[in-house]
Amino acid sequence: MRETTGFKTFRIVTLAALAVFVLLPLYVMITSALKPLGDVQGKFTWWPTNFTIQPFIDIWSTIPLASYFVNSVIVSTSASVISVIIAIFASYAVSRYKFRGRNAFTTTILSTQMFPGVLFLLPLYLIFINISQTLGIQLIGSYLGLIITYLTFTLPFAIWMLTGYFDNIPRELDEAAKVDGASAIGTLIRVILPVARPGIVAVLVYSFITAWGEVLFASVLTTQSSRTLAVGLGEYSTQVNVYWNQIMAASVVVSIPVVIGFLLLQRNFVAGLSAGAVK
Amino acid sequence: MKKRVLGAAAIFAAAALTLAGCSGSGGSSSSTDSAGSITYWASNQGTSLQNDKDVLQPLLDKFTAQTGVKVNLEVIGWNDLQTRIQTAITSGVGPDVVNIGNTWATSFQATGAFLPFDDSAMSAIGGADKFAATALSTGGAAGQTPTSVPLYGYAYGLYYNKAMFAAAGLTPPTTWEDMVADGKKLTDPAKGVWGTSIEAGSYTENNHFAFITSAQNGGAYFDGSGNPTFTQSQNVDGIQRYIDLMQTDKIADTADAQYSTGTESISNFAKGTAAMIFNQNNAEANLTADGMDASQYGVVPIPAPASGKPVASFIAGINLSVFKNTKNQDAALKFVNFMTSPDTQSALGKPFSSIPVLKDATPTFTTDPDIAKTFSNIYNNLSQPLPTVPLEASFETEVGNSMNTLFATVATGGSVSSSDIQSALNTAQEKVAASN
Amino acid sequence: MVLTTEKPEVAPVGVASAPGAVKLPKKKRPKGWWLPFALIAPAIVFELLIHVIPMIVGIWMSFIKLTQFYIANWSAAPFVGFGNYQIALNFNGAQGQALLSSFLVTCGFTILVVGLAWGFGMAAAVALQKAFRGRAIFRTMFLIPYAVPMYAGIITWKFMFQQNTGVINQILGALHLIDPNNPPFWLIGNNAFVAMVVVAIWKLWPFAFLMLMAGLQTINEDLYEAASLDGAKPFRQWRNITLPGLGAVNNVLLLVLFLWTFNDFNTPFILFGGGEPPAGDLISFHIYNTSFITLNFGFGAAMSVLLLLFLMLVSAIYLVFINRRSRRA
Repeated sequence: MRETTGFKTFRIVTLAALAVFVLLPLYVMITSALKPLGDVQGKFTWWPTNFTIQPFIDIWSTIPLASYFVNSVIVSTSASVISVIIAIFASYAVSRYKFRGRNAFTTTILSTQMFPGVLFLLPLYLIFINISQTLGIQLIGSYLGLIITYLTFTLPFAIWMLTGYFDNIPRELDEAAKVDGASAIGTLIRVILPVARPGIVAVLVYSFITAWGEVLFASVLTTQSSRTLAVGLGEYSTQVNVYWNQIMAASVVVSIPVVIGFLLLQRNFVAGLSAGAVK
Repeated sequence: MKKRVLGAAAIFAAAALTLAGCSGSGGSSSSTDSAGSITYWASNQGTSLQNDKDVLQPLLDKFTAQTGVKVNLEVIGWNDLQTRIQTAITSGVGPDVVNIGNTWATSFQATGAFLPFDDSAMSAIGGADKFAATALSTGGAAGQTPTSVPLYGYAYGLYYNKAMFAAAGLTPPTTWEDMVADGKKLTDPAKGVWGTSIEAGSYTENNHFAFITSAQNGGAYFDGSGNPTFTQSQNVDGIQRYIDLMQTDKIADTADAQYSTGTESISNFAKGTAAMIFNQNNAEANLTADGMDASQYGVVPIPAPASGKPVASFIAGINLSVFKNTKNQDAALKFVNFMTSPDTQSALGKPFSSIPVLKDATPTFTTDPDIAKTFSNIYNNLSQPLPTVPLEASFETEVGNSMNTLFATVATGGSVSSSDIQSALNTAQEKVAASN
Repeated sequence: MVLTTEKPEVAPVGVASAPGAVKLPKKKRPKGWWLPFALIAPAIVFELLIHVIPMIVGIWMSFIKLTQFYIANWSAAPFVGFGNYQIALNFNGAQGQALLSSFLVTCGFTILVVGLAWGFGMAAAVALQKAFRGRAIFRTMFLIPYAVPMYAGIITWKFMFQQNTGVINQILGALHLIDPNNPPFWLIGNNAFVAMVVVAIWKLWPFAFLMLMAGLQTINEDLYEAASLDGAKPFRQWRNITLPGLGAVNNVLLLVLFLWTFNDFNTPFILFGGGEPPAGDLISFHIYNTSFITLNFGFGAAMSVLLLLFLMLVSAIYLVFINRRSRRA
């Protein structure tokens, strides 16, 4: 394919400008994490002259970062896995069956994306309290409450994306499995899921990232022992000081696993999106 | 292969859920605590949440040894504290004992969620007489049974750099006018040195100075029946006087308009780029950390205008409240008694730099006897409580935030006239009234 | 040719499953009629618990006077009908005015953020559409902000926007765009709006890029070949092939970007904290402050319901418009 000079210029300018935009904060984050506190409080310098890795050591004792880390991993993993499983069943139903209320179901699910979080934050808290009191299931300050909240937040997008994906899987595959005597669930698990793997990975990644970064609900639904990283990072500013270098070091630490995991899965993610959601 | 992955994922998820169900040790439920334990929420006073825990835990262990009552401690950062307390109040499920900024005491009292310290409760914690009168006055609305008792006391003072004052041949100011004149002499923008440095982007600090300057002018933000009187001229003049430190006196850098953490001005003072700061008496730890020794600065009361009233601070501090629906009222009151006992007070005075809230107690927050004396004098004789009305929390937010905006106007090259202040206060008052 | 002969054979397989269907008339309900309902049941349970029921409670809250005097005892809170709504919509009053100005700020914010995030995403997706050396590196790099946890990304920008110590003013100073002795503020005053827009675009545009990039992979390469043989310039190709080819993606993408941006809470919350400048007072943040800082949850709920109604209205108009256009096409 021939490329015009105009297109080449456009490409160079676009990529250069966006690369600077994307990388600048990441650069600042990483270099500031390698400076002593006094240096980050003064004028910004492009290179850490008093290079130190102390912030990466201090972050673990200033706040219980390790325990927040574990909390975030448990909550985000559980929420994304369960969300995907529930979304697979629901999307299969929507994609393969015509049933009463199907449209109402999909419309309602998608319209929850409009709900302003501030409107149902307090009611949700109260409902959790009531469930705790009547059923004895602790939902505030436990992983369970956060897990079911986050999995629900990601369900609408997950169901919508997987439905699109399943719609594009030829019905003939279902029929062939049925001929072989497979039940509906058997067909889903043995025939549909293997084909839909990229879509499932895409949904999994989306759900994980959403849960990993959520701030508003975590600030109300967690206590010290169940706090997640996203809100825990705020504790580096205290009554006495704002530990900018430690904030940056902790930001690097919490970003690395997600960024690496995401980048490893990105091919799947894009393939999943293009086959499912975007058609 | 794929199936196995999914299966493993499902097992993992199920395990996580089981795990989640078991870890209900969040500590936010008084209903499930056994008779021998209470939950205590403490606000952040030390250098980190962990530091607070390290300071408090030995004392809590001592309390447990004395009484057999176990205390589950959770230290909560200021970002979360208000939301957490409010959700606890709203749901009726929270800790047994909580410590709160004393300025919120009356707002929270209005919710009815806290236990009133009536005669019997008061005697269970050692009697009202043990508290200093100023400290106790923050416990709730005047004329009502208080729902909180003082725990840590704080007061504002004017910190000045001794060397800079000596070099300029100045003595610490005794009137606001002197302070401004001194500030002008000490300011040298070319060298980046300013007479003072203020936390002009912090709505709480701004609100405190709206109150202090108004009180110096003989004004008030609420009348006797609790209705807002924001727009009276004493309030407008007071705010104008404070904003003018940056606007017309130019003894504070415009960069201060972005300071909001309560730590930047202290750091400037320690670096010698500000000759004076207004700060509560807990600055010592920061100053030491920033490399300034206590011998290098002095403290005097924040001066009033020559014709004004001698008010130098509001009665700042942290109060303790007991949730009314606690299942362990006896234990909770025992704990309040313990926290406000002379031994505990003197043990916590140093790490949290607090002024004792008990009568005739010796301050331990500083080793400098002059500074200790000055602050004790300010706290007990030159301070007034912020309005003890239910609308206090709204007042603090609305007035403080509108001052943030006014400072931002000055810093970005605009000007703030008294009619601008008047109209900002009018808007704040309407908002506060509408939220009633 | 082989393909075409095989295809008809697939169809009979589908018909072959008819025996199962033949049995149906024997029962009143088809066998397994409950299956789809069982499949969606878990989703419904969670949606009801987390989204729908709290929402209904929230709507009910908007009709009662849920201030500090009643939050500990809801049953005593007086019913005020549309009282909270009247305060919110009285644009001569201070609260109504504040809500209106917050609404307008949010509208401007949303238009800029959605427009630019989409534009950046589109530009990057098109620039990376064809293979060249280093394409994978750029693609990977551009996705990083999406994976960086929101708090970490926004707090870093806050650090960069500091007036006297931040890197932004340092760069602008070096480029002689500002007076280095009097650097502008980014986190207070009117510039706060600019800062907020920049940060929001930074974390949002990779998502647009991702979706558009995925969409581009579904467009048939041959179309471009044919167009360039006809002598169409890249821009023409983009307008005539790429844009229509992304129609379905764009329909959903723009709506989702709009809803997320209009409801954005994290950006101002993390960037400004407690003392938000009026120019940074996004509506979700405004409602949160009114509810939690001034303890007026009934009024906060009323404002939230108004926000919801607005979003529903815009979404409905958008969907009607989209449907009409796709029907015409």
